Amino acid sequence: MGILTRKSGSLDRGIKAFPAGCFTVDRDGHLISSTLPQNFSSELAGQIARAVLGAFEGAHQAHLIFNEIQVTFLAMKLTARELRGGAIIFLAPARLGRANTGHDTSTI
Amino acid sequence: MAAYNVIAMVQRPKVLLVDDDPDLLELYQEMLSRLPSQPEVRTASGGARAIALLESDSFALLLSDLNMPKMNGLEILSIVRRKFPQMRTAVMTAMIDPLFRTRAYAMGLDLYLEKPSTTQATQLFLDCIEALLGQESHDGFRGMQSKSLVDIVQLECLSQSSAILRISSGMREGRIWFENGEVFDAMTEGFGGEAAFRMILSWKTGNFEILPSEPNHPRAIFTSYQGLLLETAQALDEDLAAAQASSSPLQTLETKANEPSLMPGTSKVEEMSRHPGVEFVMAMDPSGQAPQCWAVENPQSLAIWTRQTFNAFSKLGQEMRVGQASHVLALGIQRHVALSGGPSAKLCVGFERSTTAAQIRETMNELTKQWES
Repeated sequence: MGILTRKSGSLDRGIKAFPAGCFTVDRDGHLISSTLPQNFSSELAGQIARAVLGAFEGAHQAHLIFNEIQVTFLAMKLTARELRGGAIIFLAPARLGRANTGHDTSTI
Repeated sequence: MAAYNVIAMVQRPKVLLVDDDPDLLELYQEMLSRLPSQPEVRTASGGARAIALLESDSFALLLSDLNMPKMNGLEILSIVRRKFPQMRTAVMTAMIDPLFRTRAYAMGLDLYLEKPSTTQATQLFLDCIEALLGQESHDGFRGMQSKSLVDIVQLECLSQSSAILRISSGMREGRIWFENGEVFDAMTEGFGGEAAFRMILSWKTGNFEILPSEPNHPRAIFTSYQGLLLETAQALDEDLAAAQASSSPLQTLETKANEPSLMPGTSKVEEMSRHPGVEFVMAMDPSGQAPQCWAVENPQSLAIWTRQTFNAFSKLGQEMRVGQASHVLALGIQRHVALSGGPSAKLCVGFERSTTAAQIRETMNELTKQWES
């Protein structure tokens, strides 16, 4: 048992679960609420928020008005909806073989 | 019955509808599609897309809103008048301004319509459009439909006129000087005298106006107008016969069979824009060259947004160890925009708002393959 614990402990350090959950940020990127795991870095959440709010803001400057942005990464899907200057951001691991097929719950 | 349907399909006139309000675009598209002539109605939400569509396809009628951001209806009309002089044009507006109406008609507009607000007005509006579509387009000059320039010159000479005839046909412009019913001089595209006269008289459509005479203008043409017109008519007949010989059915078929899939002068982005639902296309080379665009209203700011968005999400992907951002899809009320990054270019494609996310992903995959090939 002790050997197993030691083994799995050493593996855990290298493998991280992909984040899943959602969080809301205000127009300044401050975290308001979150369903993300507690070990999810708030700094990383801030980075995500800045990228999302920057994309909405940049689009506005290019005379494009969007209310939702979906980003497909190799292993994760990010969906952000605009909320009066802030945003609600959903993170979900990409499902194998269905990452880019468009079988999502989003509606246009 | 099948033959009838084929004929009906072939003869369906094409209408281009331009309005910045997507709701009105959809409404008018539906209303116009139900006209007895069953026109094929295409839509554009801005001037850049409208011009791009007009250049890639032939339309019977352009119906444009007058008050739009960036490029208004009159600006679109002035471009259309120069580039496509034979096209019928109509504007619709909620703004009843006599000054605008006068300016629009002076630019060669066919119809100035008020946006309908009642059932009766809507029916009247549709009747006007149907009547305009029913008018056959003939060669001729505006204000004197079915009259050739030869007829106009004859009229000036027979009436012993002293004036300058200014003629514009598409991008070309020419002038013919008359003095007491004699042709004194002509000028166009760097040519003068009889050569210019013959060039001008070969134009089939356009606009003309009569300007006051210039009594001191030096005479460069000494042949009588009858002689000039006779020579010109002979030259035109020879050109027509040559053109008919060169476009024999057999030769046309051979030419079509040998045509490459990408027509010369047709850019790759224009080819890509033919996918259903695509509003605009921008392809950005990683070498930093100017992006290739089709129907993009504001290429510079769109290119900046595309680069910034891709860079921000790619950096985020590295930080989170979830791989590269392969697709970005931005959904809006007016239109949707999809970004995809391949090894040779980044694509930014605008889609009509009725396109679903699944359709956009499918189209983007095809467009990326098309671009890479």
